[in-house]
Amino acid sequence: MTMFNVFDVAGSGMSAQSLRLNTTASNLANADSVSGDIETAYRSRHPHFQAVMDGFDNPDSVSVRVDNIVRSGAPVEARYQPEHPEADEEGYVYASNVNPVEEMVNMLSASRAYQNNIEVISTTREMMQRTLQMGQ
Amino acid sequence: MPIGFEQALGAQQEALRVYQRRHQVLASNLANADTPGFKARDIDFKTALQQAGQSGDTQMQTTNARHMGGDMEGPGGEKLYRVPNQPSLDGNTVDPDLEMSSWAENVQRYQASLQFTSGRFSSMKHAITGQARG
Repeated sequence: MTMFNVFDVAGSGMSAQSLRLNTTASNLANADSVSGDIETAYRSRHPHFQAVMDGFDNPDSVSVRVDNIVRSGAPVEARYQPEHPEADEEGYVYASNVNPVEEMVNMLSASRAYQNNIEVISTTREMMQRTLQMGQ
Repeated sequence: MPIGFEQALGAQQEALRVYQRRHQVLASNLANADTPGFKARDIDFKTALQQAGQSGDTQMQTTNARHMGGDMEGPGGEKLYRVPNQPSLDGNTVDPDLEMSSWAENVQRYQASLQFTSGRFSSMKHAITGQARG
């Protein structure tokens, strides 16, 4: 039955969205972390999604997968805090480049998309159940 | 009086196949709601049903296990691209609200079709066993 593919497709969507939620949590948790070195300052991470066709036999099912996790290239904020224990010789610490507003939006978007995929799975299950009971 | 399941079920079974296929296409759209560059697709039910009725066996013959099957389009015609109401910067054309409503509609239609088919089966069962409907 071709509808079995829908579970794979929606499942891939759920796993991708939960990873997005995960990176969002990391980003928000590290929003206020500072570092004494511009290289090691925390940069926000965002998953990059990619569509994957389930195979030539079934071009109707297109799953999603996380291609890689990209670190944001936005500049990190240099703060002049010479009294900070992490400060470099010039007296600067480097704060993360996490944008909390952007992260909150990502969080909401990910949770909505996750819910949609759950909806797809539960309804597909019901549809299949009814199909199996056909004629009874 | 129709003889055989094919005639008894009529267009319903073709319709079920098309709904099933559309179900897959729309689920894929929803799963890829945040994939950059993903183009939302859909199938036009009317032409799909017509073609599903006519096409019969569209499977291409393969002579080796590693050959790709020729049935690229599945039951009922090609998938079309959705025209987005509002283009997004990353090239994704999935509108989750629209997809959810099309999808819910498709599920309802599938279940309606299933109900009819189910009814046909009960009728046939009654005819076979010769019991009056109670």
